Amino acid sequence: MKKLLNLLTAVLCFVLLSCGSQEETTASTEEVTTAGGQEAVADDESQPDVVKVAVGSKDHTTLVAALKQAELVTSLSNAGPFTVFAPTNAAFDKVPKETLDALMTDEKKPDLQNILQYHVTTSSLRTEYFTDGQTLGMVNGDNITVSVKDGKITLNGTATIVATVPASNGIVHVIDGVLLPPAKK
Amino acid sequence: MKKRSLAILITSFGVLMSMYSCKPKNAGSAVSGDAASRAYVAPGKYDEFYNIVSGGFNGQMAVYGIPSGRLFRIIPVFSQFAESGYGYSEETKPMLNTSHGYVPWDDLHHIALSQTNGEHDGRWAFGNGNNTPRIARISLSTFRTEEIIEIPNSAGNHSSPFITENSEYVVAGTRFSVPTDDANGDVPINTYKQNFKGTISMIAIDPKSGKMSIDFQIKLPGVNFDLARAGKGKSKDWFFFSCYNSEQANTLLEVNASAKDKDFIMAINWKKAQEYARAGKGKKVAVKYAHNVLDEGTHTATSTIMNEVLVLDPKDCPDMVYMMPCPKSPHGCDTDPSGEYIVGSGKLAATIPVFSFTKILNAIANKTYDGSYDGIPVLKYEAVLHGEVAKPGLGPLHTEFDDKGNAYTSFFVSSEIVKWSVKDLKVLDRVPTYYSIGHLSVPGGPTAKPHGKYVIAYNKITKDRYLPTGPELTQSAQLYDISGDKMKLILDFPTTGEPHYAEAIPASLIMKNSKKFYKIEENNHPYVAKGEKETKVVRQGNKVHVYMTAIRSHLTPDNIEGVRMGDEVYFHVTNLEQDWDVPHGFAIKGANNAEILVMPGETQTLMFKPDRVGIFPFYCTDFCSALHQEMSGYLRVSPAGSNVPLTFSTGTNMPKADSATTKR
Repeated sequence: MKKLLNLLTAVLCFVLLSCGSQEETTASTEEVTTAGGQEAVADDESQPDVVKVAVGSKDHTTLVAALKQAELVTSLSNAGPFTVFAPTNAAFDKVPKETLDALMTDEKKPDLQNILQYHVTTSSLRTEYFTDGQTLGMVNGDNITVSVKDGKITLNGTATIVATVPASNGIVHVIDGVLLPPAKK
Repeated sequence: MKKRSLAILITSFGVLMSMYSCKPKNAGSAVSGDAASRAYVAPGKYDEFYNIVSGGFNGQMAVYGIPSGRLFRIIPVFSQFAESGYGYSEETKPMLNTSHGYVPWDDLHHIALSQTNGEHDGRWAFGNGNNTPRIARISLSTFRTEEIIEIPNSAGNHSSPFITENSEYVVAGTRFSVPTDDANGDVPINTYKQNFKGTISMIAIDPKSGKMSIDFQIKLPGVNFDLARAGKGKSKDWFFFSCYNSEQANTLLEVNASAKDKDFIMAINWKKAQEYARAGKGKKVAVKYAHNVLDEGTHTATSTIMNEVLVLDPKDCPDMVYMMPCPKSPHGCDTDPSGEYIVGSGKLAATIPVFSFTKILNAIANKTYDGSYDGIPVLKYEAVLHGEVAKPGLGPLHTEFDDKGNAYTSFFVSSEIVKWSVKDLKVLDRVPTYYSIGHLSVPGGPTAKPHGKYVIAYNKITKDRYLPTGPELTQSAQLYDISGDKMKLILDFPTTGEPHYAEAIPASLIMKNSKKFYKIEENNHPYVAKGEKETKVVRQGNKVHVYMTAIRSHLTPDNIEGVRMGDEVYFHVTNLEQDWDVPHGFAIKGANNAEILVMPGETQTLMFKPDRVGIFPFYCTDFCSALHQEMSGYLRVSPAGSNVPLTFSTGTNMPKADSATTKR
């Protein structure tokens, strides 16, 4: 019996080995490079998106730096549609420098993200869509209150829309103040 | 107990044997070890070649990447296409108009890419409508069908749309000879020999716009023209056509068209034919054919019925047409990159004859004839033959070429590609295909500048190549690396429809010209709304025109009232986006026609005829944005004679204050 087993094993091994000449296809080891998100798409023909609008404005260098630090560039280069309330550099200057510097550190990234996401809502809201007393749900989960008085649109009573730039994936409303989310309960 | 364990042992051995025994040799064992890496295109990387592939019975073209085999696009050409609304939208319906009326589905067999100086220039792809004879031109900037021209005096437009080396002409040859359109067609079918005629049409290509026009036709004996190739280099003024059924059978061609040992390759001096046409040697014949053109400015196609064609008769035009005997119902007819050699592939032949252009010219000069066929001189076979590839395989069909003097011929019956040397006609290598190959393609293979890196097999039979999907299977294609001496199978990929001929072209020639979107300021559609301020709803009798816009993430107008039973509502949807890859769709409940898909900057129209009173929601069908689900609206349909006023709005049609209060 044992002899028979050995024989069978030998034959089986031979069969297995003889088919080894069938070379198997091997997956390539070529490295898959990640080039970044949609912000990396080379496209100088399309209308600029909200990020490109901000990047193209010399009044928004602080905002752009903050968006990069908060890793929001990829999201905001997406299909949207987004309404971005974009504080000018002057608006950021009203924030104490040490607060701003702290927000730009990696430890405070969640706080920075929270603040910046409070400036974005998912939908493209033109100025004519704003009504007095309107509440807007922002990306960070908190709300903004809109007031419209004599054609002047103010957010949370602190920041006023001073200019509006349409973008491919939404709209950018330039504001003269930084919006601060309500303190966490 | 012992006996039982022995039995189990033997049984298990048997099972193991069957599991591990070698598979049949032709079931995929020919894959080389580094195949995966050679066909692998890493995520985010581009393929080296575009492969423009005919879809056969689906009437479309498909665009794949080579070497990955990834499908990028299906281009509707001769068939309605649910994905884009082609042939359904009011703008594209005229593209499928013919002298027979609207033809929603045809059969597209062959691709010809435009050439300059014998090389691909990446501007247009041409395709043939095989059933209701037509030729289409596709822009390789928009990947859209821009033009379709019908071919009169023709049936079965198979030997088409092959192209000359500077895109002067594409050709159309009749597979089915029929009585010409101006003749009485009400004749007994068995009077084929007396009444049926073949024609070759020379369709001129405008060098700037690509616009097609039938320059002239040549009236020929009733045979079946199968395939064709223009000459190149020294033979550039010539065109070569394979013909079968020189027996002129009209029934059971399977037997009756295979009776003779030899049929013909027909050689036409098209330059000379052009001179005859210019010199007034032709006859203007009354015909009826449609010429359909898509205007990129209005995003709208128009169909014009043409009434006349110029026809040349070889009897009035000496030294224009010659026949060369070719064994056994030739199918493929291919010219090598130098233009010196013409390869005929007799489907039923045991050899592949290769003709020499130099010898053809000599035979013509010396009148080395072997009689005539319906008045056309037949050149002596031996006088024009460069040589025969002996015993190459069974059922040779088509030949492509590389840049090293080699030819690659597909063999349907023996299911293989055979590589052979054009110069000395020696067989160098052969590989199996899975299964029963038809056409094959080498990038640049039909041009004067082949790239010779790959050959792609387009097979007719798929059987067990992929996971089964019921009786209807996808078609299989195989990619072989031909950069070395031996052809190596590196990829097997499924294709849509049934691929016949295909061409592959370096990506660099096309991708730089690819259009990203249509500029809204250049949109000249008569019903465009170039901004939401231009949106409106206009009643003209029972026709209601909705000038609608789409932009992330709303339709304007999105509330429409005042439409009545008996109205025809035309939704002219303009996509206001000026951003790459942001189409919007449009659909409305109960539409009997279709849906539409609108590219950025474009206007497309869906006609809707309400069948009942009520509220009809409409919405964007392309997931365009985060608020895509919000991109919707309502149409109110009232009874005929209703006095509900025609109103339209977006964002302002709010509930009345009192009713809102009551609800709460």
